[in-house]
Amino acid sequence: MSSDAMAIRAAEIEGRPWVETMHDWITTVDHKRLGILYILFAMLFLVIGGIEAILIRVQLMHAHNDFVSPQVFNRMFTMHGTTMIFFVIMPFMFGFANYLVPLMIGARDMAFPRLNAFSFWLTAFGGFLLYFSFLGGGGLYGAGNAPDVGWWAYAPLTSRAFSPGHSADYWTIAVLVSGFGSIGTATNIIATILSMRCPGMTLNRMPLMGWMTLVMSGLVLISISPLSAAQIMLLVDRYLGGHFFDTQAGGSAALWMHFFWIFGHPEVYILVIPAFAFASEIIPVFSRKPIFGYPVMVAATVCIGFISMSVWAHHMFTIGMDSAANTFFVLTTMAIAVPTGIKIFNWLGTMWGGKLQFKTPMLFCIAFLFQFLIAGLTGVMLGAAPFNWQLSGSYFVIAHFHYVIVGAILFCMFGAIYYWYPKITGRMLSEGLGKLHFWLFVIGFHLTFDLMHIPGVLGMPRRIYTYEPGRGWDSWNFIVSIGAFIQGIATLLFLANLVISYFKGPKAGNDPWDAWTLEWSVSSPPPVYNYAVIPTVASRRPLWDRKHPEDPDSRYE
Amino acid sequence: MSEATTSVAQAPGAWTLPYRGKVGMACLIIAESAIFTIFVVAYLYYAGKSLTGPTPGEVLETPIFFTVCLLSSSLTIHFATRFLERGGRGGFLGLWFLTIFLGGLFLFGTGREWHRLIYDHGLTISTNLFGTTYYSLVGLHAFHVTVGLIMLSIVFLFGLAGRVGSEQTARVETLSMYWHFVDVVWIVVFTVVYILGR
Repeated sequence: MSSDAMAIRAAEIEGRPWVETMHDWITTVDHKRLGILYILFAMLFLVIGGIEAILIRVQLMHAHNDFVSPQVFNRMFTMHGTTMIFFVIMPFMFGFANYLVPLMIGARDMAFPRLNAFSFWLTAFGGFLLYFSFLGGGGLYGAGNAPDVGWWAYAPLTSRAFSPGHSADYWTIAVLVSGFGSIGTATNIIATILSMRCPGMTLNRMPLMGWMTLVMSGLVLISISPLSAAQIMLLVDRYLGGHFFDTQAGGSAALWMHFFWIFGHPEVYILVIPAFAFASEIIPVFSRKPIFGYPVMVAATVCIGFISMSVWAHHMFTIGMDSAANTFFVLTTMAIAVPTGIKIFNWLGTMWGGKLQFKTPMLFCIAFLFQFLIAGLTGVMLGAAPFNWQLSGSYFVIAHFHYVIVGAILFCMFGAIYYWYPKITGRMLSEGLGKLHFWLFVIGFHLTFDLMHIPGVLGMPRRIYTYEPGRGWDSWNFIVSIGAFIQGIATLLFLANLVISYFKGPKAGNDPWDAWTLEWSVSSPPPVYNYAVIPTVASRRPLWDRKHPEDPDSRYE
Repeated sequence: MSEATTSVAQAPGAWTLPYRGKVGMACLIIAESAIFTIFVVAYLYYAGKSLTGPTPGEVLETPIFFTVCLLSSSLTIHFATRFLERGGRGGFLGLWFLTIFLGGLFLFGTGREWHRLIYDHGLTISTNLFGTTYYSLVGLHAFHVTVGLIMLSIVFLFGLAGRVGSEQTARVETLSMYWHFVDVVWIVVFTVVYILGR
């Protein structure tokens, strides 16, 4: 009798009502749970944005295709761009920063846990608001639904005359709201890094992930804010009859371009610097060497942060700036290649002479190195104004920035998941499925984005919903679409791996990769309070010191 | 695990990091500065580009008195926090109230100016580029003053209830950082709108 009662009580504890579990997750202020929520949110939108990309590629597979209408095509590329930038990569990076930074610097939580939750939910509702436009965007006009103004929403396309209904408003408000969320999280990360480091964790001993997240957050503060300001101006124009971007009342459409790209270019670095952070954590561990040139890496990151604020108008060479402005922005754009090149040399220097272990996270990071180099080279090409005049607005540009965003950033994101999934869930991801995912994705990626440069050089403009046959674009577009499908299949494999390994994966233990940063010192998944006793560190590799007391790093630093 | 961490002897207490509230507020101020910069740039870029009147030269009057009010409220809030630090409750509450009063007076000044512009000169946000940029820049600042006044009032109410003591100095100083920021922004807005823009 009594044993039965005991069993029932145990079952009650085991199987808490799902409502309660949901309530715990929704009201959580724990940085690890919010990090996971950020990452899951990003995954959801990765799938949605991916489906939009597939629709675009099906439409462009052959000339005169009518798979989607021109209107739907415009919505698809607008939603794809906005989703991938604001609701996939940014939340993903914030999610990992949230999860890892407090653990890496030996803190029990972020500086402002409730601000953290608030910021996450702002971003989440921003994303849901953007997609609600499919239902509510028509407004009383019955005109169009989802936004179709392109992800940079140039004036005067966003004015009432050209965007009736509410589709542009959904875009504006979704981006504005998620922007406030980003500013909140960036504030939180900076305060955490500057005020919550454990004893001994001087800035000079902080993992590179900490430094790069710090620079990225600083960039968020300085460059997301101008976007928010421009969105407020756009709302004033649309709702209060203002004239900021109203050319008929003396306003300037070029001013919107400047404001957008003052945000838009640093944004690229907001997205890629966390990718650098992942590579800087993963490459040393799988090369079995400490990072090469730590101070130079930090200096290069800070340098990139500063220079990235002064290159925005290289997106605008074709609007007719004077030659002084053109020259300035060409030179700054070339200059930013220098610290970026230094980073690539440092990663190579880390691998040089190391005992390389080709595990899945490392594979993604190695592919990142090659692909980021090529992306940087086409970037230097496009940074030269005369070349840019020829190819701006063509598929060459699309190929270039997808090389950055997929080839560099997404590859590092995948690498980060393979590397930290064991810490977050306590289970290893399947290496076999992981390697399959890697190779399929590499093949798909190169089929799509290597070949996409060519129709661009042949004159194919971006954002066209179809094209005439016989211009030499047909077979390129066909192969590009095939590559996109392969990437889609690879991504499905990846998602399957995430789910299967969560239940069936081998137990990870505290430190499956024999790594050196503090997050690997606690159990997997880490306890709610992170550290029972706040650790004290004496070098850049605190876990190495702990594992090798006979030869600690602190002796040499 | 963490107990076993190799530690090089570090005297406890030697490890001091900046107060997170102030760091957070500094971040907010950086982000807000960027927002104001964009509005100021728009104001300067569009100065004199309106296709129709009224122009700033015709209708704007320099609000010297209200500017003095707002700027002196920076002094009162500074000395209020000094009083709080030393535990002078009466001085703190008095100067804190004076700060709210001066800030309120400034908002009243803005309101009176807007009333005059709208009813006497017919200038609204949709009249011309000057109206659009003027109301959004000055309005953005007035919005920040309003938010500041709400927060100051909350602290004042807690202070009346006897809940604000010298142990809250760091928090109150964080709020006073925001208030100083609002004042500095007004110096910029004042220079741009009432001196350069005319």
